Amino acid sequence: MTDTYADTYETTTGRVFTVQGQDWDSITGAAEGETERIVVNMGPQHPSTHGVLRLILELDGETVTEARCGIGYLHTGIEKNMEFRSWTQGVTFVTRMDYLSPFFNEAAYCLGVEKLLGITDQIPERAQVIRVMMMELNRISSHLVALATGGMELGALTAMIFGFRERETVLDLFELVTGLRMNSAYIRPGGVAQDLPDGAEQKIRDAVKSLPRRFKDTANMLVDNSVWMARTSGVGYLDLAGCMSLGITGPVLRATGLPHDLRKSAPYSGYENYEFDVCTQTTSDAYGRFLIRLAEMEQSLNIVEQCLDRLQPGPVMVEDKKIAWPAQLSIGTDGQGNSLEHIKLIMGQSMEALIHHFKLVTEGFSVPAGQVYSAVESPRGELGVHIVSDGGTRPYRVHYRDPSFTNLQATAAMCEGGQIADVIAAVASIDPVMGGVDR
Amino acid sequence: MSEDLIPVGQPLLEVVTVREGMFGSQGSGDTSGFGGLVSIVPVPAASARPFGAQFDVVVDEIIASLPDFGTSAEKAIEKIVIAFDEMTIHVHASELVAFARTLRDEPGLRYELCLGVNGVHYPHQTGRELHAVYQFRSITHVRTLRVEVTVADEHPHLPSLFAVYPTADWHERETFDFFGIVFDGHPHLTRIQMPDDWQGHPQRKDYPLGGIPVEYKGATVPAPDQRRSYN
Repeated sequence: MTDTYADTYETTTGRVFTVQGQDWDSITGAAEGETERIVVNMGPQHPSTHGVLRLILELDGETVTEARCGIGYLHTGIEKNMEFRSWTQGVTFVTRMDYLSPFFNEAAYCLGVEKLLGITDQIPERAQVIRVMMMELNRISSHLVALATGGMELGALTAMIFGFRERETVLDLFELVTGLRMNSAYIRPGGVAQDLPDGAEQKIRDAVKSLPRRFKDTANMLVDNSVWMARTSGVGYLDLAGCMSLGITGPVLRATGLPHDLRKSAPYSGYENYEFDVCTQTTSDAYGRFLIRLAEMEQSLNIVEQCLDRLQPGPVMVEDKKIAWPAQLSIGTDGQGNSLEHIKLIMGQSMEALIHHFKLVTEGFSVPAGQVYSAVESPRGELGVHIVSDGGTRPYRVHYRDPSFTNLQATAAMCEGGQIADVIAAVASIDPVMGGVDR
Repeated sequence: MSEDLIPVGQPLLEVVTVREGMFGSQGSGDTSGFGGLVSIVPVPAASARPFGAQFDVVVDEIIASLPDFGTSAEKAIEKIVIAFDEMTIHVHASELVAFARTLRDEPGLRYELCLGVNGVHYPHQTGRELHAVYQFRSITHVRTLRVEVTVADEHPHLPSLFAVYPTADWHERETFDFFGIVFDGHPHLTRIQMPDDWQGHPQRKDYPLGGIPVEYKGATVPAPDQRRSYN
């Protein structure tokens, strides 16, 4: 072999082959006569490992005898950084953790901060409804990526095209409402950053009307599709006992038949006022999880519709001026900017308003000392936040119990003893997002 | 310092932090007179009965079942704190595994899910600087519970919950990685987020953020850890 990028070298533990997409026979040919045990490093840069996930697989032929995960390639120290920023700035950090479900990260954090502040009951109704609506839209966009990338990794490229195409519809709504497609830092302690812009409700209504037809495209293509079922049915099996001991939540748990959903069992943001079903399957496999995600998208659309009906005019931030973010944004000539009315108030009319604005924006508000745990049902399972305050204007410690992190522990249980090709299907059915795993 | 300021006869508070001054200025003279201000911030203190309807039931159940699992309330429970409508049971490290087994196996408790462990570093609490905080959820009884264990920085060893809740595997590795708490009995306690050869434990309070100043249009914004911190 003369390929300089795909060479072979000796180590103390055996020969190492670098695979670069060349003819597989050249590897197996060269490896002939080596030990019977092959350890394959799949990732962290591999198109079908669902992000920078490194899978260390020990193979016997095509059978996986041991599977281990290597994570940490996307660790960015978000939790540490938050200890040096104000409570409100924390939202800007947490939204970047699990980048496919930013609104859930924000909501879990804000619910915790509000609990510490003791203002949970004071969050305006409109803010609550908007939060639920954004979270449910986010669940749709996240599940669409799960279907899209999951399909792509198994070679179903049409599923990828469909999934990402439909997701654009939802991302357009995010952009319309928050100004950004992702990392929007929209949900803030005390409410949401700003009210829905003019025409947003109609646009969301239109999307809710058009999306079911498009979901049907995906469903028609993959549900009961013999190739898709051959790749996913019975693959990545994990039963209820396995889920409980490994702490697995979300669609993986619901695929075992247990209807556990925090929106029902520990409602937050007024979820007890919405009607929806908890979708379950009993197959405990990758196909069941796929069906659950499809069904959950429909339920989410249902909730979004109820949100639109519940929306009443009103404030979107708590009344307490010691907590509520003082500035309001508006669309200027360059597409962004501060509300001119607010600038007029603080720069021309009220010295106290200026001081107040300055204090709240630079210093922030203090949060009583103590600790809370708040959890939301993210598209991947229980997203929990443990927040510790030292009574200051910055978090003392914020820790995310990310469902991707916990669920990824099931890789070994799902993959060992199966075929190497099934590893892809099993990991895709967990739907880990490495931004959340590594934080 | 914090002990000196607490009047004689008062219970020793669990201090989170001690603040001096009022406006975050250090180095230059503070002419406001507030510079000499020292305030101690404690975490919520231990609660006494009644804890509140839903909490009393759980505590009674735990106290009644602990002997079945080879421990007792006197040996295991240090104190119980009710704050922000959540209950934290402080457990002695030596009894942690038996306590967790009680939570998992006792039919009246049935905390099926361990939601992981998180470390918190309190440098002011001499002899109990490192805290490990566990969250449990019972799907059967629709409850959550927090268990807190403290350990001295000098000998940061806690028993691993891996044998009771296998999900603690990665969570304990992460807590070891970030705080240096060693979980005895964990099958392979290695770093998980940081590289294997990393020095130090980044989430501890004595570990610097390592921020660098940002230059923008000729001006320099100090690194986040160098910026003024208001009290």
